[in-house]
Amino acid sequence: MRSNVLRHNLLTALLLGPATAWLVVFLVLPFVAIGVFSVGERAPEGGYQAAFTLAQYANLPARATAFWNTMVLAPAGALACLFVAYPVAYYLALRAPERWRLILLALVVIPFWTSLLMRTYAWMYVLGGRGIPALLATIGFEDVRLINTPGAVLLGIVYGYLPLMILPIYVSLERLDRRLLEASADLGATPISTFLGVTLRLSLPGVMTGFSLVMILLLGEYLIPTLLGGGKVFFIGNALVDLFLQSRNWPFGSAIAITLVLVSVVVLIVANRISTRLSGARRVDLI
Amino acid sequence: MRAFVVAVFAFLYLPIALVVLFSFNAGRHASEFTGFSVQWYGKALSNPFLVEALKNSLFIATTSALLAALCGTAAALGLARVGVRTRAVFDVLLGAAIVVPGVVIGISTLVALVQLFAAVNPFLASLWPNNQPPRLTLGYGSIIAAHGLFSMALVAMIVGTRLGSLDRNLVEASSDLYATPLTTFRSIVLPQIMPAVIAGFLLAFTFSFDDFIVAFFVAGAQTTLPIYVFASIRRGVTPEINAIATIVLVASVLLVVLAQWQLRQRKPSS
Repeated sequence: MRSNVLRHNLLTALLLGPATAWLVVFLVLPFVAIGVFSVGERAPEGGYQAAFTLAQYANLPARATAFWNTMVLAPAGALACLFVAYPVAYYLALRAPERWRLILLALVVIPFWTSLLMRTYAWMYVLGGRGIPALLATIGFEDVRLINTPGAVLLGIVYGYLPLMILPIYVSLERLDRRLLEASADLGATPISTFLGVTLRLSLPGVMTGFSLVMILLLGEYLIPTLLGGGKVFFIGNALVDLFLQSRNWPFGSAIAITLVLVSVVVLIVANRISTRLSGARRVDLI
Repeated sequence: MRAFVVAVFAFLYLPIALVVLFSFNAGRHASEFTGFSVQWYGKALSNPFLVEALKNSLFIATTSALLAALCGTAAALGLARVGVRTRAVFDVLLGAAIVVPGVVIGISTLVALVQLFAAVNPFLASLWPNNQPPRLTLGYGSIIAAHGLFSMALVAMIVGTRLGSLDRNLVEASSDLYATPLTTFRSIVLPQIMPAVIAGFLLAFTFSFDDFIVAFFVAGAQTTLPIYVFASIRRGVTPEINAIATIVLVASVLLVVLAQWQLRQRKPSS
């Protein structure tokens, strides 16, 4: 009996061993490392010098523009994604003909898995001097500037993260009990109040999942502001690339990275709170 | 609403279609299509730097996806055998590996590896008293490891979901019929989770092949295809990039469609 238990445990350890080692060496350890770096000092030649100081955190306002841009454009981008994504998810889950549903869903998933670099490049091409502005020039609108503006960055964000917003909303709408919609209509609710009181309410956990995922990934976005913002719209991601690869101020960069992770955790917790509260409310509503 | 949905799908696919179309443009300019030509593909594929970057990317994507498929599947099988608390710890770590932005994964791996190498290299040098001790540096290994982190977590989740929907009755029936645990695994569990493993591998490959930001930090002196393309885009948009973009897009679309198809195969009937 004992040897059986031992064998069972040994096999479990063997199965989990490689993954554990990977997670510890390449996830936990690096996080500890940037934590330690963030309270250190910059060595004169760049890089890191051991110390214990909060100077790096006190210095965060030096990158206020990057924080400001990110904190404005990330929620704005996530919100814009949401407004475009919701009707699509609604249509896919509740209105689309059965035989089209899987194909349409695949068409949403495919862009998510294709290179963000290439997809952002496509917009550089479309918005760039020889794309839409050239077309506008032929019908008389000269000198229209589209690329390298905050608007272009916002467009790129919606384009890049739309699939990630559609999928969780689709999942929550697809699970929705259709009988509730019928019941609501039978009880004399107008389509609009059925939508607001039942559909939207019950899909809010999906909305919160999508919103927080898109928000968190946007907090670390680098490619879209670099390629479509043309160095004029700086994000935290740009500040991090600069501090780690160009000016080599690793302790300050680490402090920014830790701050970014903390903000992400707060976003996740708030989103989680909202959806648990709402799904709690849902149970009460059903009684 | 249908019109809106059609418009959104057009929004998703038109820019890509435009890049594909103009990769076959005979002329140089984006504003006019002057005729069909594959010259840009020829130019791209005769560029030695680009071919080198492509080979690197293929090697890194294959290796990291294989390792991720093996370790991720093993982890999913292991997690089905542990208690709720151990499971919760792993769920948080695997979730973090997927959700933490690439920038943060990239810089933290860079910081940790540079420190680790700084500590290990003198030690290696002292072990090799004569000349040329091996030196650990950033390169293939660090990119493979950093990509593998995300991919392994992804495979563990996909395979874990499939394991969760596995019909326990079949497993019990198999052991009631005196099959050894290994036989049960080989003939009942493995065939049922195989589509998930393959889908996980394909998505891991696609992720690694497409990733720019993580590799950007940990590549050291190596170049991957996205790093090369990023550098060329910043020098200016050329039709050559359209050709590479088309190749990359077509390759990832094929892989993702294949992965989706695998995931829909042999859904356990319940």
